[in-house]
Amino acid sequence: MSTKLIYFAWVRERIGKPEEDVDLPAGIETVADLLRWLKSRGEEYENALQYPDVIRVAINQEHVGHREKIEGAREIALFPPMTGG
Amino acid sequence: MAGAVVPAIRIQREDFDVAAEIAGLTKGRTDIGAVVTFSGLCRDEQGALSALELEHYPGMAEAEIGRIAAEAAGRWPLQGLTVIHRHGKIAPGDNIVLVVAASSHRQAAFEAANFLMDYLKSRAPFWKKEHRADGSQGGWVEAKEADDQAAERWKKQGE
Repeated sequence: MSTKLIYFAWVRERIGKPEEDVDLPAGIETVADLLRWLKSRGEEYENALQYPDVIRVAINQEHVGHREKIEGAREIALFPPMTGG
Repeated sequence: MAGAVVPAIRIQREDFDVAAEIAGLTKGRTDIGAVVTFSGLCRDEQGALSALELEHYPGMAEAEIGRIAAEAAGRWPLQGLTVIHRHGKIAPGDNIVLVVAASSHRQAAFEAANFLMDYLKSRAPFWKKEHRADGSQGGWVEAKEADDQAAERWKKQGE
């Protein structure tokens, strides 16, 4: 099953695209697993996700922590800490 | 809470009119004793910036602000609540965000507006990019630790 990944702000700029559909390999169970796997996909991902701890994540448009399971996620967004308001 | 207010949330590119938003909450009502508004404006940082560009996560921006507003409506006895957050390119001096909280008494209105802004800052999916007045490449505004701490202080004991 493919999962939609969406990127914002400097995460989007560094990865070089606003979104993509990916087929997650077996064994990717949590947000932390996803970040580790993405980081290995090339220089642009390595550059965007160099410090995974600062990356904020939303699953199906709700904030989640890095230990959250991603099973059943339709849409996973990765972005820097927010600066609205 | 019985009869809790239904917050009005708008994410929009266009400007807003603060007086019209207040009137929208109070018109025809005689039970509101206090209206607190907070407007956030774009600063030029001593002439260094020509604009801020606000990126947002469509869908989640509405949903997350809705969740924060619903929590405020559950915590304070509000008679009206409007939150507007703009996106796109915003010039110094122009509006970015508006919170209008209406209640019978001032304390609830002040606190709810304060709470909303603290949570918006750290949880609403918006990101500001600087456009510099000298034409050089501007960077993304960095999140402030102080904003996270401001949101933390509203946590109830045991959370």
